[in-house]
Amino acid sequence: MSDILTDGKAATAPHDGLSVLEQRRSTAETFGIPLAVLAELTHRCPLQCPYCSNPLELDRGGTELTTEEWKKVLTELAEIGVLQIHFSGGEPTARKDLVELVQHATDVGLYSNLITSAVLLTKPKLSDLADAGLCHVQISFQGNEPMVADRVAGLKKSHEKKLEVAKWTRELELPLTVNAVMHRQNLHQLSDIIQMAVDLDADRLEVANVQYYGWALKNRAALMPTVAQIEETSRIVEEAEVRLKGILAIDYVVPDYYALRPKKCMGGWGRQFFNISPAGKILPCHAAESITGLEFLSVRSNHSIAWIWQNSEAFNRYRGTGWMPEPCKSCEFKEIDFGGCRCQAFALTGDAGNTDPACTLSPMHEQIFKQAEQEAASDNNRFLYRNFAGGTLETEGEHGA
Amino acid sequence: MALSRNISVSEASRPKLPRHAKLKFDETRQVWVILAPERVLAPDEIAVEVLQLCDGVRSVSDMIDQLTAKYAAPREAIATDVITMLQDLADKGFLTEAREKTS
Repeated sequence: MSDILTDGKAATAPHDGLSVLEQRRSTAETFGIPLAVLAELTHRCPLQCPYCSNPLELDRGGTELTTEEWKKVLTELAEIGVLQIHFSGGEPTARKDLVELVQHATDVGLYSNLITSAVLLTKPKLSDLADAGLCHVQISFQGNEPMVADRVAGLKKSHEKKLEVAKWTRELELPLTVNAVMHRQNLHQLSDIIQMAVDLDADRLEVANVQYYGWALKNRAALMPTVAQIEETSRIVEEAEVRLKGILAIDYVVPDYYALRPKKCMGGWGRQFFNISPAGKILPCHAAESITGLEFLSVRSNHSIAWIWQNSEAFNRYRGTGWMPEPCKSCEFKEIDFGGCRCQAFALTGDAGNTDPACTLSPMHEQIFKQAEQEAASDNNRFLYRNFAGGTLETEGEHGA
Repeated sequence: MALSRNISVSEASRPKLPRHAKLKFDETRQVWVILAPERVLAPDEIAVEVLQLCDGVRSVSDMIDQLTAKYAAPREAIATDVITMLQDLADKGFLTEAREKTS
């Protein structure tokens, strides 16, 4: 069985007759159209998570693509060979036209996935989404109980609501993924979160350590786990994977500050994924706008989506391996990890064309590892909550809720 | 419990793809694919042929008979291959057992 969307682990079991589709098509040099695209319908969100993956400069409601514009985008995506659409945000259910957009995705033959915080959903609304052909629901959780979870989300009663919506999801026979974003202040709940996912009858659990861009980078000192926590996390995940085989699939995203090799971010820049921002920009990843000096074209431009993917300067800048400086250029792993993450290289070195400092071969690696250790050992636990006002610092005893 | 998890495939099973796994021919790439949450899988020809038989009505035993006749191969060998493949797919959540009342 091959798994080509989540970073090509490509563990092909010999007897199940399934091979890696990517190997036939989307190589570094041919840029086949991605199989899946992330549609960030809005940056509006009732939650204020300090690790939000949205950019610091959020798209305002008035700049969002209209219903008709999104429908045209969905039709075009299906026509060029995209197979799956992930409706995300912000909070996608904040869009009043979500059912209409899911129905349109179904009508043009796209497999649709809803990535939601769940807090705005009602049972009739979820039922309408299922009837419109929604194929899968992914709900984010901030912990396994309200004390931690509501504080991280910056919204009272959010945890309780999420549990309720997860239950409705399964009642409607929709497959459920629990997404748990993990960091220093909730990693102690990991075993309980795994059990929560089992109790919710989830199919999959994503244990995703925070990736440090945008809001998460601003909150890094309050979020960075300790090395001991990470070792414990890996142990817990490995044990659970064996114990829950056939019951709960677990995808584990390791924190790359403590890794030896960088992650193959997005499967390589412009190789197998793109993202459409609320205002319609086509991006190589959701954090790409954090890199200054790159111009990202919009679906509102007079270019087709396929043209932007194949020909725009921003997609071609870091595509493949030709752009690489040393130590990537002569590295035997350059087609394994594609130099790691461009956004992280930019955030930590000021140049997106540098080797990702998560790599031990980066001259910056030692420094960021030490910094991570120091931040993890600090007791700076105050969050800067994500919002349109540029962030609000958590106050004593009164979190953003 | 809506779907049976962790099913054990035998000749008596009547497996089918769950609602979240869709077998589809991808016109752009001219290959069969299985669409599933966060994944697109590319089954080979044999897997496609077997999966197309997984309609929740037909038993694994019937499928094996059908394939044995078609490929003029020893039934025992085909049975082993088919059950192993289906069990593997089931373990990964891409097959479920038809419920009591088949639709």
